[in-house]
Amino acid sequence: MKKAPGYKDIPIGGLIIEAGNAEKYETGSWRSFRPVRDDEKCIHCLICWIFCPDSAIIVEDGKVVGVDLDHCKGCGICARECPKKVQAITMVKESEFRE
Amino acid sequence: MAKVRALTGNHAVSEAMRQIDPDVVACYPITPQTELMQKFADFYADGLVRTELICVESEHSAMSASVGASAAGARVMTATAANGLALMWEIVYIAASTRLPITMTVVNRALSAPINIHCDHSDSMGCRDTGWIQLYAENSQEAYDHAIMAVRIAEHPDVLLPVMSMLDGFILSHTMERVEILEDEQVKAFIGDYTPLYPLLDVDNPVTYGPLDLQDYYFEHKRQQIGAMENARVVIPEIFAEYGNLSGREFDIFERYKSDDAEVILVCLGSTAGTAKVAIDELRAGGIKAGLVKLRVFRPFPHGELVEALSGARAIAVLDRSASFGAEGGPIHAEIRSALYGRTDIPVYDYIYGLGGRNIFVDDIKNVINLALEGKAGEMNYIGVR
Ligand code: SF4
Ligand code: SF4
Repeated sequence: MKKAPGYKDIPIGGLIIEAGNAEKYETGSWRSFRPVRDDEKCIHCLICWIFCPDSAIIVEDGKVVGVDLDHCKGCGICARECPKKVQAITMVKESEFRE
Repeated sequence: MAKVRALTGNHAVSEAMRQIDPDVVACYPITPQTELMQKFADFYADGLVRTELICVESEHSAMSASVGASAAGARVMTATAANGLALMWEIVYIAASTRLPITMTVVNRALSAPINIHCDHSDSMGCRDTGWIQLYAENSQEAYDHAIMAVRIAEHPDVLLPVMSMLDGFILSHTMERVEILEDEQVKAFIGDYTPLYPLLDVDNPVTYGPLDLQDYYFEHKRQQIGAMENARVVIPEIFAEYGNLSGREFDIFERYKSDDAEVILVCLGSTAGTAKVAIDELRAGGIKAGLVKLRVFRPFPHGELVEALSGARAIAVLDRSASFGAEGGPIHAEIRSALYGRTDIPVYDYIYGLGGRNIFVDDIKNVINLALEGKAGEMNYIGVR
């Protein structure tokens, strides 16, 4: 594993001085449930994209195409907010994806 | 040229604040500091400062407002005492840990309970491990001088730590003394403009203050703070020397008063040093080689230099104006013994005195020095307690 930077190499006072560097922090490792989207049911309303706190819903040309698993922390907000009559997202136990 | 004025300690510090003209001052009254901020508020009302004066609802808010303003990029000052400092505590620690160069005057007063408005050092000594640099004044002149130098020390790029300057409640804060006030332009030139490193208001270079640190980096950030304190050891004497040239007054990390050839050395800080000098003069007149080391900088503690200054003595007596309950002696004593440990075996006697403003007299100090010299003191002693 790469050694994390030491006290001489990081900004003082706990400051984060690089805008948008949350992307470098891979919160995907926290996930115990994975959102699985049923493309047949999805109406591409993009509500999940709006609500996802980690910007992990990938959208191309106005359509949801997938989930960024490096950053999706499995909170389930997307599944909860997906319209009631659609319910295109199911949260599946992460263990079910292991060989 | 400097002007000589008759000022109380509080008024002297408010004059320093007027000359510094900080961007933001957070203001909340508490005895015996109240008059300090009241004077500064007069300057504000009279249009003599450009400061944004924030009248907050508590000391916790005073320090919180200071932290916010300092993070935004402002030069910030505030002042407090005793229980006000205690209420600030949480944010006092955060200010240092966030590396914000705030300066604050603490007018020393005994912490409650029972309630007491008079001087001891329980308030600021309780804060000795918050990561603030600490300066203690013997008289109102020093309180004025320290307030000005504190700005430069705090803002030095190698330091970036807040500075707390102390003066004894009532004994100095409310007593009129001769104080030399520099010209406004001299102070302005000395402190210079403040260029904050990571101002929140610089929207082109956005920064995040106060994110989660956890096991990943918290330890590294503490290690940085320790390093900044070590850097302050180098920076403080430089700034003292520069201000010494400007003011014509001498500043050292601690003052040696007749201690070079002394057989017995008294160590103390604050206004008691003035009384101690009289005691030492009288003892010397009677043929006793007594000396004084008056601490000015308590954080960072100048252990190396003190070993050198104290090693020639046969006995050392320490005066502590605060108790450290359950510890072996008061805070100054613990530091001195720790500094000397393994380097010399000179006996160090501790005297707790002056709690809650109990007076100390020249004869008390002469007695302490005599007992230390004769080896007749216990390890922990008390002056003037019934
Ligand atoms: S589970 Fe949470 S983090 Fe993952 S995609 Fe859904 S809303 Fe985003
Ligand atoms: S909220 Fe549901 S329906 Fe809307 S885009 Fe997301 S998955 Fe598709």
